[in-house]
Amino acid sequence: MELRLENFTKRFGDVTVIENMDLTVNSGEMMALLGPSGCGKSTTLFAICGIHKMNGGALYFGDRDVTTVSAQGRSVGVVFQNYALYPHMTAEQNIGFPLKVQRMPKAEIRREVERLADLVQIGNLLDRRPAELSGGQQQRVALARAMIRKPDVLLLDEPLANLDAKLRLEMRSEIRRIQRETGITAILVTHDQVEAMSMCDRIALMRDGKIVQLDTPEQMYRNPQSQFVAGFLGNPPISFLPARADASLTLANGQTIERPPGLEAMGDVVLGIRPEHFGPQHGTGLKGKVVFVEPQGREELVDVRLDGGGDIRSILPAGDPIRPGETVDWGIAPGTILAFGPNGDRL
Amino acid sequence: MTAHPRIWHLVLILSIFSTPLVIMYVYQVIDSIASPDPGSLIPGEIDLSNWRFLWERIDMGRPSIWMVTFNTFIFASTTAFLVTLLSTTAGYALSRLDMPGRPYFLGGLIILHAFPTITLIIAIFIILQFLGLFDTLLGIILVKAALELPFGVWIMKGFYDTVPWEIEMAGVQDGASRFRVWWELVLPQVKPGLAALLIISFLSGWSEFVLPLVLAPGSSTQVLSTYMNAVIQDDASADFGLFKAIGMFYSIPVIVIYLVFQKQLMNIYGGGTKG
Repeated sequence: MELRLENFTKRFGDVTVIENMDLTVNSGEMMALLGPSGCGKSTTLFAICGIHKMNGGALYFGDRDVTTVSAQGRSVGVVFQNYALYPHMTAEQNIGFPLKVQRMPKAEIRREVERLADLVQIGNLLDRRPAELSGGQQQRVALARAMIRKPDVLLLDEPLANLDAKLRLEMRSEIRRIQRETGITAILVTHDQVEAMSMCDRIALMRDGKIVQLDTPEQMYRNPQSQFVAGFLGNPPISFLPARADASLTLANGQTIERPPGLEAMGDVVLGIRPEHFGPQHGTGLKGKVVFVEPQGREELVDVRLDGGGDIRSILPAGDPIRPGETVDWGIAPGTILAFGPNGDRL
Repeated sequence: MTAHPRIWHLVLILSIFSTPLVIMYVYQVIDSIASPDPGSLIPGEIDLSNWRFLWERIDMGRPSIWMVTFNTFIFASTTAFLVTLLSTTAGYALSRLDMPGRPYFLGGLIILHAFPTITLIIAIFIILQFLGLFDTLLGIILVKAALELPFGVWIMKGFYDTVPWEIEMAGVQDGASRFRVWWELVLPQVKPGLAALLIISFLSGWSEFVLPLVLAPGSSTQVLSTYMNAVIQDDASADFGLFKAIGMFYSIPVIVIYLVFQKQLMNIYGGGTKG
């Protein structure tokens, strides 16, 4: 079901956390609310599920205006960061609780619980209590409980933050699989750009209570609309170099590079260069010295300090014997330079 | 008991300091079932007549021990029930609800808890007199419960504070009303606190002496502590064997409760539940 947030405003006391935010999540889509902590993404989530009252604006599930509907009255499933399973109930009772509240007959609850348990693949764990389940299993129970009412919207609040690295990878694809299989409209709140990019159809990147860019993961990565977006997405992160644009681009240290085609701006700019676009395979042009090498198994992260100042990062396939202290003369892949104005906007 | 070699001196010091206590308890037990030998520490022959208060009236003016025990039980259990009931709801409100004046309320609880209640006794006396509750069990139950409440509310608030917010949010999201969330999801998490509070306030009521002494002096409302007091004050016949036997009788329930509920009682000091 489509979810629409119009002119959403939220204040805590005198502090306005979010002002006039618009957001539309298409039916069946998985949307990420991504941003640094304190950007208002969790506040938005809690407003959608009804735990926080909205100070202004309207919320629609499909055509239905639910702005003033209580949390109990909204058809929303939520998976909390710490899962919030009821410790005194078994997995089966946990999953069945929303139906028990609706006074559904026991046999029917049982059948529904089994259907959900199959979906999240915990059929053999139903009689265990949360304390007897691993983190990933608890996550699955929480997911089943959130979905058993067949909610209009599924909200996931940092669902992977409490899992260890390996489980996180597994649950990432699991959650995506379950979302695809059921076709449910979902919103994922996260501060981890990898989660957002790998799990979601679209990303709403938030900062200081505003959505700064709403796009597909690929578009947002390739075509960021501001320096903030470019810096937030990508791991290892993008490198920024201040430069002057005239006939060519003159870096602060005096080295020059060619103007990328399509760039019309003149004057002071900031260049963004992703690590995969800088390296020996892209020719020459930038001289510097390797200051740091971080082996990562398949790849190596290489920090280069340019002659005259400025740091730039490169990611290279492992195996090239590069040592700190080496002088290099590497190039930038043509057409990949991102340029930003002094105010951070994309040029 | 086997002591770890490195702490044997600790055990020794503790033993020395607790010896007087142990001796007192031992003689409490021995003297209650032996006829005293004046001037000697070695008890004479076994004599169960000290326990005669159980099956006969020790003198005409006194109520039967069973009546007094029943009073004590009613007093302690009703107090415990009241305190637990009110603390359970008040603790939740203080822990979760954003009500006006909450910080002052919390501060007030601490002050009330630390306040020496004995200084209030005259005022309470006047109030009970005015309400017509003087010398009634109901009167001292209300007073005792009121005085125990700050402690109970504080303890329960502490237990509620350990229950994650998300559990309540999840419950609300699952469609349950606030009351149902509290009753079905939150209350089970604070059960250990409930149990501990119930037992502790029962024991506190069981051992209460000053309130019944001052506020319910009549013989129909006598509880075990005031009954003992009356027996020892009876200077016509100072029967220490009898006194000790009554003392034993009085403390048996306390000992039993401690033995049975040790684990629950420790919870209150452990600070709450662990998932």
